[in-house]
Amino acid sequence: MKNLNYSREHIAYLKKQRNKKIIVNVSRVLVLVLILGIWELCAQLKVIDPFITSSPSRVAVTIAELYNNGTLFYHIGITLAETFAGFIIAVVLGYGIAVILWASDTVHKVIEPYIVVLNSLPKIALGPLIIIWIGTGYDAIIFMTVLVAIIVCIMNMLAGFIAVDKTKLLLMKSMGASKAVTLRKLIIPASFPVLINTLKVAVGLAWIGSIMGEYIVSKAGLGYLIVYGGQVFKLDLVMTATFILCVLAGGMYGIVTFIEKKINK
Amino acid sequence: MLTFDNISYTYHTKEGETTAVKDLSFNVAKGQFVSVIGPSGCGKTTILSLAAGLLSPSSGKVERGGEFAYMLQRDALFPWRTVEQNIFLPLEVKKCNTPQMREKALALAEKYGLKDFLKKTPSQLSGGMRQRVALIRTLAAEPEILMLDEPFSALDYQTRLEVCDDVQSIIKSEKKTALLITHDISEAIALSDKVVVLSTRPARVISEHIIDFGEGSPKKRRECGEFSAMFEVLRKELGI
Repeated sequence: MKNLNYSREHIAYLKKQRNKKIIVNVSRVLVLVLILGIWELCAQLKVIDPFITSSPSRVAVTIAELYNNGTLFYHIGITLAETFAGFIIAVVLGYGIAVILWASDTVHKVIEPYIVVLNSLPKIALGPLIIIWIGTGYDAIIFMTVLVAIIVCIMNMLAGFIAVDKTKLLLMKSMGASKAVTLRKLIIPASFPVLINTLKVAVGLAWIGSIMGEYIVSKAGLGYLIVYGGQVFKLDLVMTATFILCVLAGGMYGIVTFIEKKINK
Repeated sequence: MLTFDNISYTYHTKEGETTAVKDLSFNVAKGQFVSVIGPSGCGKTTILSLAAGLLSPSSGKVERGGEFAYMLQRDALFPWRTVEQNIFLPLEVKKCNTPQMREKALALAEKYGLKDFLKKTPSQLSGGMRQRVALIRTLAAEPEILMLDEPFSALDYQTRLEVCDDVQSIIKSEKKTALLITHDISEAIALSDKVVVLSTRPARVISEHIIDFGEGSPKKRRECGEFSAMFEVLRKELGI
């Protein structure tokens, strides 16, 4: 307690709030333990076939195996690098394109239908083209990642730019500000919360893009492990890679949220 | 200082064209505080935009005898900048961000009681204070003409009276020329040296009134007997 002069009622209130938080956190862990426990138990008692469903203990063994033959961090590293590279390119390029569309109403109107179509197009349909055009290396996967994430970056940022307060725009105009000055002094800082939001969405999409890319064409990475595991019926491998993906995606989202909190302080 | 000479302005939209202003003439002398009032939707903001050169008239000529600055309905302070940085904004935009200009702007801010707020953000200020910061920002680049677009309309009544007094005394003591656009009759009488009354669209001048009663502040003027008489005159001319 920071302040000992709090009324009894307020202390009770704080205690209640804290208890609630503890209950939520403990319950979250319990749910995970429960799911893993039931899964393990069913597999051990042969209620389900662990060859098909795998089990937490088999996932743990598989992680240990991958670690021992030195490929665990190799696969994780490759997928992380692809995702991260695709994410950065998509955000930077998307932001730039949004700026151009904001600056010129005519360009915006011309480009708009193409963006709408590209947005609704399932990017995986472009898989064969990407392989033929770009090849089967990491750049093809990064290209796929950019393709999946960039459209939302453009549309989100553009909407953010356009939503900037009209009164502030009029103020800039009355001072004789050029488009470049208006962009630098008003539009970019005013749309900063939109950028953070866009980063959050783009992280998730970058994961989709990189794993999708690895499904189509890859020699390594978590997506590769999943596809390979499926093909040779090693479902322990599939489950393991999926589990690692969950941890990584959660972690990356956590980092963005952490950055957001740091900046908003 | 500012002359409207037979100004007409026509809006073009897909639905057709609308003449917002027709054969409008009036002038604002140096150091004068002039209000333009008219029924709502008569094109007041168009007139201000024409005066500021944000729009060019379809016919006629606007003559401006100096630099102008615009004060808007809402304070439009940038929340990510401190009060001080907000005041410097026009200097940055107009590329006159020199130490001398900054010092002058700061002196102005200190003179009008913003000294302790310079490092604060706009969200930490009251509505009245924010409008005062907006006025100092308007004055920072040392314009000769101020164009005020209903700068008090977003404030609650009490703050409004206070800010009204505030703005008038600052503009007067800085010897600036001002053109205020408003729909509030009492505000126009309380603040100005001259009131120009407009008709419904297309706007033309119905009448001009010189206001010279009540010494100094708008507050004193509101207490004068002539105030309500003038209010009645303007009310009738506007047809409300």
